[in-house]
Amino acid sequence: MNHYETVFILTPVLSDNQMREAVDKFKSVLTEGGATITHEENWGLRKLAYPIEKKHTGFYNLLQFDAEPQLIATLETQYRRDERVIRFLTFRLDKFAYEYAEKRKNNKKEQPAHQVELIVEEPLIVDEIIDEEE
Amino acid sequence: MAEYNNNSELRYLTPSAVDLNKKKYCRFKKAGIKYIDYKDPEFLKKFLNEQGKLLPRRLTGTSLKFQRKVAQAVKRARHLALLPYVTDMLK
Repeated sequence: MNHYETVFILTPVLSDNQMREAVDKFKSVLTEGGATITHEENWGLRKLAYPIEKKHTGFYNLLQFDAEPQLIATLETQYRRDERVIRFLTFRLDKFAYEYAEKRKNNKKEQPAHQVELIVEEPLIVDEIIDEEE
Repeated sequence: MAEYNNNSELRYLTPSAVDLNKKKYCRFKKAGIKYIDYKDPEFLKKFLNEQGKLLPRRLTGTSLKFQRKVAQAVKRARHLALLPYVTDMLK
């Protein structure tokens, strides 16, 4: 078993449901092949740095999983056969990359706490403006 | 050799004291970073010139070990269209 990370870009023409369906398809390819998905990220619609297949945006999706090396070939043929995928990258995480990935995963979980802090700050500014008007 | 360096006429040929004090260092070794993430294009831009080419080690001061890792990360980012292969006015 190795740790792997894969990122794939889906065409921007898809609706939200179609996109989720495509992501689920690749997740099932992995789980049926005996892999366990450890982390999953959806970066949403992003601008591409250069056009790919005449498209300027794409849906980015990231999956981290533990699998046997043979599974990677099946996953990549599935990527190539699927017209919705415009670009993909799969690589093995070495020990430093795995440490970083674990840290990143934990940071993502802590993020909602920061958003709460931001909301608290806003009413203070509104109060100041009201005072000035009076 | 020591005598030559002390010679006042030859002092102009050696780099001035300001340049000597600015010793380059590898930022990854100093900060203890072990893995360079391809997912952060803004960070990787520090190692690219305006055309999006990798800067040499002699300018950034990165050690060889980490220069290879920077190159790997930049190439992954380019493949995923997070960074351009060719461009102008990147910064």
